Amino acid sequence: MYSSSTMTSTYNSPCAACKFLRRKCLPGCIFAPYFPPEEPQKFANVHKIFGASNVAKLLNEIPPHQRDDAVSSLAYEAEARVRDPVYGCVGAISFLQRQVERLQKELDAANADLITYAHNNEIDPSTSIISTSVQQPAPSGFGGGVGFSRRSAYALPYPLP
Amino acid sequence: MSNPTSSRCAACKYLRRRCPQDCICSPYFPSNDPQRFAYVHKIYGASNVGKLLQQLPERARFEAVESLYYEALCRIQDPVYGCAGIVSWLQQQIHDVESEIAKTRAEITVFLNSNISISELNTQHPQTDDMGMENLSNKHKGPL
Repeated sequence: MYSSSTMTSTYNSPCAACKFLRRKCLPGCIFAPYFPPEEPQKFANVHKIFGASNVAKLLNEIPPHQRDDAVSSLAYEAEARVRDPVYGCVGAISFLQRQVERLQKELDAANADLITYAHNNEIDPSTSIISTSVQQPAPSGFGGGVGFSRRSAYALPYPLP
Repeated sequence: MSNPTSSRCAACKYLRRRCPQDCICSPYFPSNDPQRFAYVHKIYGASNVGKLLQQLPERARFEAVESLYYEALCRIQDPVYGCAGIVSWLQQQIHDVESEIAKTRAEITVFLNSNISISELNTQHPQTDDMGMENLSNKHKGPL
């Protein structure tokens, strides 16, 4: 026969948040769906950086179908901040933004080379066989000229600090 | 000793408390920018910010507050994804640009290979008379 405490622990295992906070995990606990007891570090990080009550307020302001994503992003940011207390997630954004800029320059250079080769093929009579292929529409993503730039697509919502 | 009421930092003003001379928030949350602390407090909470700053050397605290403010701003603007959404978006941009570079390089390779073939053809057939093939067999004994 099961004792009531065993039944409680079997069927109402406290979520990682309530375990951490040493409180009873009630039905309808806002943390329970997103902080399973098998992932204690996830809540520990989130609590350390944001605080349980701030997370609860945030989750209450978000529609239920988006809370899973919200918790994942909070956990990501919390872990980034634990690893890098000075820059957190912003460090990663900075790094990635520099990578995007570097790759964009590489793409611009490659496009310029492509235009050069295509142009040379057009004006060289010995390559007239090739020139017809240049007349084909440029594949999508190519601006059709040296001035091709998608820099505006990479503008961050806010300038980095 | 505490700062006079008029020179309380934004954090102490917001929290309606005295601002001591050694207030940890004071250098980073000036009173003329109340929104900065309001955003950071909304997302992280004043005590978490204080604890974080305490753990850092003084020379790193300004950068830390700047990044906290940026992340708070992103989270307020996008409560679901916050800054993590930007990371994801940038990773996608990198993937897209890398794909475009690969495509462009492939097209360049096509042109290069075509040019090599054309120039080899021109080298093999400098004259267009009937002796062309005999010239070829005399000139090119090895593989093309």
